Amino acid sequence: MTPLSHIRNFSIVAHIDHGKSTLADRLIQSTNTVADRDMKAQMLDAMDIERERGITIKANTVRIDYVADNGEAYVLNLIDTPGHVDFAYEVSRSMRAVEGSLLVVDSTQGVEAQTLANVYQAIDADHDIVPILNKIDLPAADCDRVAEQIEDVIGIDASGAIRVSAKTGIGIHETLEAIVHHLPAPKGEENADLKAMLVDSWYDSYLGVIVLVRIIDGRLKKGDRVKFVSNGTVHHVDRIGVFRPQMQVIDSLGPGEIGFLTASIKQVRDTRVGDTVTHDKKTVTPLPGFKPAQPVVFCGLFPVDSSEFEDLRDAIDKLALNDASFSFEMETSAALGFGFRCGFLGLLHLEVIRDRIEREYDIELITTAPSVVYHVYMRDGSMQELHNPADMPDLSVVDHLEEPRIKATILVPDDYLGDVLKLCQDRRGVQLDLTYAGSRAMVVYDLPLNEVVFDFYDRLKSVTKGYASFDYQLTGYQTDNLVKMSVLVNDEPVDALSMMVHRDRAEMRGRAMVEKLKDLIPRHMFKIPIQAAIGGKVIARETLSAMRKDVTAKCYGGDATRKRKLLDKQKAGKKKMRQFGKVDIPQEAFISALKMDS
Amino acid sequence: MTEDWQNGGFGIYIHWPFCAAKCPYCDFNSHVARTIDHAAWRNAYLEEIRKAAEQTPGRIVHTVFFGGGTPSLMEPWVVADIIDAIRKHWPTANDMEITLEANPGSVEAQRFADFRAGGVNRISMGIQALNDEDLRRLGRIHSADEARAAFDIARKTFDRVSFDLIYGRQKQTLADWESELKQALTMAIDHLSLYQLTIEQGTAFGDRYNAGKLAGLPDEDRAADMFTLTRDICADFGMPAYEVSNHARDGAQSRHNLIYWRYGDYVGIGPGAHGRLTLNGQRFATEAPTNPKRWLEELRQLPNVALTGEDQANEFLLMGLRLTDGVDLARFEALSGRSVAPDTLKNLSELGLLDQRGRNISVTEQGVSVLNGVLRELLAD
Ligand SMILES: Nc1nc2c(ncn2[C@@H]2O[C@H](COP(=O)(O)OP(=O)(O)OP(=O)(O)O)[C@@H](O)[C@H]2O)c(=O)[nH]1
Ligand SMILES: C[S@@+](CC[C@H](N)C(=O)[O-])C[C@H]1O[C@@H](n2cnc3c(N)ncnc32)[C@H](O)[C@@H]1O
Ligand code: SF4
Ligand SMILES: [Mg+2]
Repeated sequence: MTPLSHIRNFSIVAHIDHGKSTLADRLIQSTNTVADRDMKAQMLDAMDIERERGITIKANTVRIDYVADNGEAYVLNLIDTPGHVDFAYEVSRSMRAVEGSLLVVDSTQGVEAQTLANVYQAIDADHDIVPILNKIDLPAADCDRVAEQIEDVIGIDASGAIRVSAKTGIGIHETLEAIVHHLPAPKGEENADLKAMLVDSWYDSYLGVIVLVRIIDGRLKKGDRVKFVSNGTVHHVDRIGVFRPQMQVIDSLGPGEIGFLTASIKQVRDTRVGDTVTHDKKTVTPLPGFKPAQPVVFCGLFPVDSSEFEDLRDAIDKLALNDASFSFEMETSAALGFGFRCGFLGLLHLEVIRDRIEREYDIELITTAPSVVYHVYMRDGSMQELHNPADMPDLSVVDHLEEPRIKATILVPDDYLGDVLKLCQDRRGVQLDLTYAGSRAMVVYDLPLNEVVFDFYDRLKSVTKGYASFDYQLTGYQTDNLVKMSVLVNDEPVDALSMMVHRDRAEMRGRAMVEKLKDLIPRHMFKIPIQAAIGGKVIARETLSAMRKDVTAKCYGGDATRKRKLLDKQKAGKKKMRQFGKVDIPQEAFISALKMDS
Repeated sequence: MTEDWQNGGFGIYIHWPFCAAKCPYCDFNSHVARTIDHAAWRNAYLEEIRKAAEQTPGRIVHTVFFGGGTPSLMEPWVVADIIDAIRKHWPTANDMEITLEANPGSVEAQRFADFRAGGVNRISMGIQALNDEDLRRLGRIHSADEARAAFDIARKTFDRVSFDLIYGRQKQTLADWESELKQALTMAIDHLSLYQLTIEQGTAFGDRYNAGKLAGLPDEDRAADMFTLTRDICADFGMPAYEVSNHARDGAQSRHNLIYWRYGDYVGIGPGAHGRLTLNGQRFATEAPTNPKRWLEELRQLPNVALTGEDQANEFLLMGLRLTDGVDLARFEALSGRSVAPDTLKNLSELGLLDQRGRNISVTEQGVSVLNGVLRELLAD
């Protein structure tokens, strides 16, 4: 049993790719938590998608034993967190379970948007912070400048920042000592009633739901009957353990410790992150809990092959089992048939889920335009949430609409500042702040989420050649002049292409949309009008001219087989298109048509 | 009961896989060989002819076609022996058409008389272009003057001589092609094949095209204009298109190629040669290994593939609709056991792409430029 004074709990936070997971590797390795021969790079990023994209999506906890230079043995619980803004929620709840943070800053890059976002969360959570300047092995490292930036931009003392190469192992020992000496020990009461925080939960096909807990007071033992305070359900604990990083079963967890329990729980939904756990029959003051993660981006997912609808349902059910932030409901589209309207934390989250359905479940998908959640206020005073532009009620019953706004923070070298400001203005942004730190500008904008959701980040990267970083938070809803734009192909409305736009931007979006569609839809045997309309009024129009030439020049006795097979293949290809009236629209059109060039 | 192939006839295709040089646009099974054992090739062809005849005894052979490659580089005695063997193994039509593809070089011109003596009665000559610059760009090894000279010798030797041109070349304007085509029509006797340049994958042109280095090719609109212009001018000169790329005065059509387009039966002999043969009431696709050495020394035929009714119906339609005369829907129905959806026919007619007269359908002048699209509609389930 480790005394509280010898426990340290901390999260590792940073902007995306600044080296959190690599630092975690070194901490794990240098303390012999994992034998050298079992090490692999970013070993905590265990999911296929994480390894493939080289990013962390899910926060991970590891318990490390460390004998410090003073000869004392410490238990360190580290939580490696994701850097991408879509998964900011993982970071914030991890921070609630620990007392300190290692703030990793890539010394070749400096402070970026998620550095700021994360550090503010750490300060909010009352953390002590140890700054780490990483990647000092690289020639472009500039520790002095970055340390200065940390002090200027963030306003924390960087004089004790540790210079580290998570790649080569420089500074790892100093990091471990700093954890012991600069981060606080947890507080807690061994002899009080059990009070634990439910930090996270996920499904394991062998053990059922695994619940990650942080013990505040009391002791949790195998065989205990525990109660989840929010819903009063009682479970029999059949296993307790810690991650090193593989699961290791232990007998009990005491105050200040982080570990897991299993209790034959079937669904992740039966557990609520942020919940308070205590013993059955006991009453404790509940912890404040976490705000649940709300999906902010919605889109339709439809199987390319409509006979795979049931398989898709199955896949979505399974994925949702493990991801409480992913929501879904059935949707029918005149154009696309049966599918699901799904909610995500952001576009990366959307991509990750879509990839997993396509790969792990082998279902090809049509993804419709991502949309945000609008608030539709009706004449009768009631309010409806609108997740899908196709469901927009008739205007005669609508009083007004509100759309979600965000506060966006962008860090950019000043060479690109003008482009960034123009981009934000074009997207209906309102400037809130503009400050400089060295040669970098920090721009804060109030923006409509719907202008950002789809391709803002791509555009930002392209206008700044990848040098800008971006973070955002939802701020609230605001009334604006929003309309539904429909798209008609060959005079038939295509519901899956309809979208909500600001009235002032409608012509521009409509024009861009019909021009894109003209390129994306292959020529047919007849000419096809493509129109964008608001209500009954056409605001943009293009005509895709009829195919003029498609005939094989030479076809003799030796060509019959090949031509027949080619036609068979084309028939199969046609299945990947959706028919709207007489027009075949290729699946990629549904997303590509929305990409804007400015 | 008559079998379907009898609507198309019966012919024999002989493939000669060698050329003096490989043209950069060509994806035919043609190769440059340093030495050729002509006697061995002769023996192999005769052997295959004997085997094919055993399977199709008593069929009347209407046509023979020596294709390539460059069959005009075959030894005339080999050609003669093959024709003799065919006459020996099958009954042959009195007016049997025997075509040989020729390149317009001086070497081949010297052999025309011998080919004629051996039984060849029609020449199809690959002239490709009537100006030297374009010939060079097409990688041809003859000049326009050489081609004209070879053509003159051929027409003095044979009653029936056709030639091929490729258009839609790099940098060719509509006006360039119009004047060249008119020249060609004054040269032509009664048959012309006019092919729009196709960029085939796996050829030198294909590679250059993929690398973005084949400049000045026509876009879809100009290609369509060239195609229509070609058909109009040829019709004006009394040589209307009877097939997508083939033009002839009445009665001068290539009867051998008509067997393909009318979906008859044909024996395919030589490396990479395909055939269609109805044996005991079942139609098969036949095919030979493409590699010349392998064909000569190891294996002359791949296993026959039985064609389903649906396969045959599809092939019948995709070959037959190339003909200006079109096809008989009754044959399609008999082969596939189903009919083309009346809505599809109606749609295509309304779009002005298809003509329907009783049970016959054919593509219109407008429809022929988008024949592949018409076929996709007609054959979609
Ligand atoms: N040269 C060098 N490269 C490093 C160092 N630390 C990390 N990297 C590299 O930087 C990249 C990102 O490292 P990760 O550890 O995955 O970064 P992360 O912060 O966990 O990234 P996310 O989880 O996606 O936010 C990888 O290619 C690492 O190999 C370092 O000290 N030196
Ligand atoms: C079998 S080829 C060869 C005939 C002969 N070896 C010659 O080249 O003169 C028959 C004809 O197909 C045409 N052809 C070959 N490749 C072509 C291509 N890629 N595009 C258009 N026509 C082509 C040429 O007109 C050629 O004359
Ligand atoms: S076009 Fe004719 S000569 Fe040229 S390679 Fe092809 S077959 Fe041989
Ligand atoms: Mg990571």
